[in-house]
Amino acid sequence: MDGSIISSILFATIVAGTPLIIVALGQLIAEKSGVLNLGAEGMMAMGAIAGFAVTLHSGNPWLGVLAGMAAGIAMSFIFAVVVLTLMANQVASGLALSILGVGLSAFIGKPYESEILPTVETIRIPLLADLPIIGGPLFNQQALVYFSWALFAGIAWFLYRSRPGLILRAVGESPSSAHSIGYHAINIRYMATLFGGAMAGVGGAFLSVFYTPLWVEGMVSGRGWIAIALVVFATWRPFRVLVGAYLFGGVMVAQLFVQGSGLEINIPSQFLSALPYLATIVVLVIISRDQNTVRLNAPVSLGQPFRPEA
Amino acid sequence: MIRLERRPEASQLMSYASPLIAIALMLIGGLLLFAFLGKNPLEGFIVFFINPISDLYGVSELLLKATPLMLIAVGLAVGFRANVWNIGAEGQLIVGGIAASAVALYFYESEGIHILVLMVIAGAIGGMLWATIPAFLKTRFNTNEILVSLMLVYVAQLMVSWLVHGPMMDPDGFNFPQSRMFEDPALLPLLSDENRLNFAFVMAIGALLVGYIFMYRSFAGFQMQVAGYAKDAARYAGFSAKKMIWIGLLSGGGMAGLAGMSEVAGPMGQLTEHVSNNYGFAAIIVAFVARLNPVGIFFASLLMALLYLGGEQAQQYLALPSSISNVFQGMLLMFLLGSDVFINYRIRWKEATA
Repeated sequence: MDGSIISSILFATIVAGTPLIIVALGQLIAEKSGVLNLGAEGMMAMGAIAGFAVTLHSGNPWLGVLAGMAAGIAMSFIFAVVVLTLMANQVASGLALSILGVGLSAFIGKPYESEILPTVETIRIPLLADLPIIGGPLFNQQALVYFSWALFAGIAWFLYRSRPGLILRAVGESPSSAHSIGYHAINIRYMATLFGGAMAGVGGAFLSVFYTPLWVEGMVSGRGWIAIALVVFATWRPFRVLVGAYLFGGVMVAQLFVQGSGLEINIPSQFLSALPYLATIVVLVIISRDQNTVRLNAPVSLGQPFRPEA
Repeated sequence: MIRLERRPEASQLMSYASPLIAIALMLIGGLLLFAFLGKNPLEGFIVFFINPISDLYGVSELLLKATPLMLIAVGLAVGFRANVWNIGAEGQLIVGGIAASAVALYFYESEGIHILVLMVIAGAIGGMLWATIPAFLKTRFNTNEILVSLMLVYVAQLMVSWLVHGPMMDPDGFNFPQSRMFEDPALLPLLSDENRLNFAFVMAIGALLVGYIFMYRSFAGFQMQVAGYAKDAARYAGFSAKKMIWIGLLSGGGMAGLAGMSEVAGPMGQLTEHVSNNYGFAAIIVAFVARLNPVGIFFASLLMALLYLGGEQAQQYLALPSSISNVFQGMLLMFLLGSDVFINYRIRWKEATA
């Protein structure tokens, strides 16, 4: 196997992992505040169609990304009102948001099914992009790939080095204590939930504007759920989200690898396509075998409604 | 300023009124949606909600569509009552459909009632097998059943896609991704010559009865109810949490598998990639709207079936995508969860305090 194949596999792996990083880091923030939003799949679907439609009409992929973000925020706002203000069950509400988002995106997207967007050029970082093998995959990439790294760095700093990050984590551990020392736990949870929605929308827009770039009903195909699983797998730590997302990205491009390797392997394509889902199950089993790790790292109030009795 | 005040005790009235409020809000949302799309809301309402059931044939189609929803929802409700979140019924339905189809194709061109009996058994076992995976992983490794059962939906979809493109493809079917059409001995008997309603509807009603007896008249059903309300109380009482996880997931899986069988041996008459029409997810909404009660499931299934038929009509007469059904379904569940707040809280108008 020569360098160019390794290089192209690496490139594809990073691209495939990028929407997972963006979405999972957004969910990580929401979960750190104690909100479990299982609606990522629906928010991504809405972000994907909003991003696609706006890019098609405006010709500007960045407006598309913003539209995807707005769609994600709008969806997460519905969720936030229902679970934070109306104190509904978070599991059921997230599920409802997924059903709603997937249905609504299919409904809105019907007229767009035959359209295709022009490919967005990658951004080349001078000198570094000329490095052998890793130059292309790392330094001649889609802008949102760089964004995902900046997001990772920003979130890692925010959570562990900044005061607002500390407050956010405090709300996730014990909203009543945070409330009693004067922080408005509900507002903080609102903001964290909307941030999660915004990132899910961007992740969805990445799929439809940069990755494929077209719109097909159901194109998110479980990535929202995989992102949620990734947060558990990462035991709520940003760096592990990054690593995990690339592992999944690698599994997702397994098909490309098999074709590119020139090996005569006679596996039905459906088996390869099933690998990311099976891999998700496997990593969930591995991580949940050790319940102490999960329990020590999970935000204590995750999924619990909070209402200040005052 | 509006604020919520906790009720001294949960309102029984609101717990029944809340689904009705949600349905009303969904209708209002639907009218607004029609208006927003430039359609006459009244016409939209009539096409969507009245036309599908304006004659007897329409009603029979409604019952036909409601059948898989009743089967799945009653199975899921058993688990949901104990907070066992099986949301992979869609995949369990597909595997049940595959298993039943395998029986039908194995006995292709032979006769006998045993074919249908075996198909029913195979469908239920297929669904249960698929649900065994999350149940085993949950009880053995404490793996989240929501994510595992959901991931298996995608795997099941890929599996049926592979089968109808390969081993189970109709050899005389010009390479279309579908199985042979089943012959009469592998099709559920119709209840009347006038329409497509078949014996599966009788099975669904039977399942609702059995579900009712299990939930309200059996000790295991009582244990699961207690576990759902108060996990700690159930533990102190020595109820086995693992047993409940197994019962919850297997009942949902078995019923979903049966629904898959009723589709391939009913309206479809063969196995295709589209063996499920999102029934596995719609049934989750049915179970919630029905308050996990079998009587409620009967009516909520009819409502959800109407949303399916309305979507088909809207596609035909209003030139709207049929996925509008899913929009209504999603709205319904979201409104329901939102209006449930009034079970435990009431609205108080209060002067804003500075």
